[in-house]
Amino acid sequence: MIALSTRFKWLAMCLLLPLLVSGCGNSNLKWYVVSPLTENGRINLKFLIAGTWNTLSMSFLALLISIVVGLLIAIPGIAKNRGARKANMFYVEIFRSIPLLPLILWVYYGLPEIAGIQLDYFWAGVLALAISDSAFEAEIFRAGIQSIPRGQSEAASTVGLNYYQNMRYVVLPQAIKRILPALGNQFAYMVKMSALVSVIGLQELTRRANELIVTEYRALEIYTILIVEYLIIILIIGQGVRWLERKMGSDESGNANQ
Amino acid sequence: MTATTPVIEMSDVNKWFGDFHVLKDISLSVSTGERIVICGPSGSGKSTVVRCINGLEHHQQGKIVVDGTELTNKRQSLAKIRAEVGMVFQQFNLFPHLSVLQNLTLGPIKSRGLSKADAEARAMEYLERVHIPEQADKRPGQLSGGQQQRVAIARSLCMEPKIMLFDEPTSALDPEMIAEVLEVMLELADEGMTMIVVTHEMGFARKAADLMVFMDEGRIVETGKPDVFFDAPKTERCTQFLEQILHH
Repeated sequence: MIALSTRFKWLAMCLLLPLLVSGCGNSNLKWYVVSPLTENGRINLKFLIAGTWNTLSMSFLALLISIVVGLLIAIPGIAKNRGARKANMFYVEIFRSIPLLPLILWVYYGLPEIAGIQLDYFWAGVLALAISDSAFEAEIFRAGIQSIPRGQSEAASTVGLNYYQNMRYVVLPQAIKRILPALGNQFAYMVKMSALVSVIGLQELTRRANELIVTEYRALEIYTILIVEYLIIILIIGQGVRWLERKMGSDESGNANQ
Repeated sequence: MTATTPVIEMSDVNKWFGDFHVLKDISLSVSTGERIVICGPSGSGKSTVVRCINGLEHHQQGKIVVDGTELTNKRQSLAKIRAEVGMVFQQFNLFPHLSVLQNLTLGPIKSRGLSKADAEARAMEYLERVHIPEQADKRPGQLSGGQQQRVAIARSLCMEPKIMLFDEPTSALDPEMIAEVLEVMLELADEGMTMIVVTHEMGFARKAADLMVFMDEGRIVETGKPDVFFDAPKTERCTQFLEQILHH
């Protein structure tokens, strides 16, 4: 085979995974149900892959919301005011403790009864993922902000910046760079956890796999494809985060603040 | 010396860090254009005095008036005082993610409302003053310690303060970098800037100081004109201290 860059070696290996599994001498595997070589297989594959959009858009929207909410929750966590810090702790502890699956069910079935808000599958999924993740994002942001030496904020205040300006122009740009790997982790985690939204009926990757199994009765083959789908998505995200890290890291050479 | 109007007036300032009584009855009056050098052993509270003057630390007792405004915990008084007081730190505290030029223009643009062009023109002017205009587009991390500290001085000057505070500005520098920073500070002193400098650089103190302040264990133990202070210190403690640091 032609030499591939290491970046794509892993991707190629994942794509070969089903073939490897089938080549292990297990003649019971019936790959034709998802084979691109047969008419029916192509239809099935298309059906499975069509879930990618929902999985990705749901995870991405949830990530955006959880970053914003997480940041808003992190700010009182670093305040001098004890009450603010307590409020931050309360939020983090509560939402970190709620398992995602019950939270999804609660948002989808509970919110209409309590608040009269009936979200569709998609937005119920986004909301549950975002709330759950925001507690983790808040802790990541808090750690990131606290890792910036206090002298930075002091210097900012001596050149007249107020709290917001200090955060916006001095602290956060430096903190984001440090927490980027952790944010990448959370995104990968979110993509995987979005599979749980299948239980309320959103046709994302996992739901589609389950639906196909009902008609084709080939669980192993279809779930293998499902795993490979997640694998590819998350490997791509990983590469994307690395690229971002390199890009952001390159504009700060040396270290001014020991 | 035209020591007339006091721009900084500290009276009976006390401060505690928890149980530790770090400042004890500090009274100090600084006139416009006056240069004051504070020295003393580590832990004597000299940095804390300077940090109290621009509100980086809050005093619990006594009164600090800077340029007619009393320093309180209120946001307005803090902002007003910080607008008049520049500060140079031991660790420079430059913003590592911004270029030298951006370090200098951030404050003027965001807090003084200057246009980018005006702020950059002003920044270049002050970079000339500290003799490193050619470094404007570099990151702080690419500069030597001495250059970084000069950028930090220029960053403060860009806010056009009435008073400059220096908190051990050369203590984190390699010996060969110290001279270039002190030179810039001497030039600033010659231009009539009101300065409070915490330093152990006694050569600088002799040349630039109008008044020496010696602190120990949170108290101002001795003050005096440099020639008297160095040649005939009044207190035992101060004599000891000067012997130790002048020996090297």
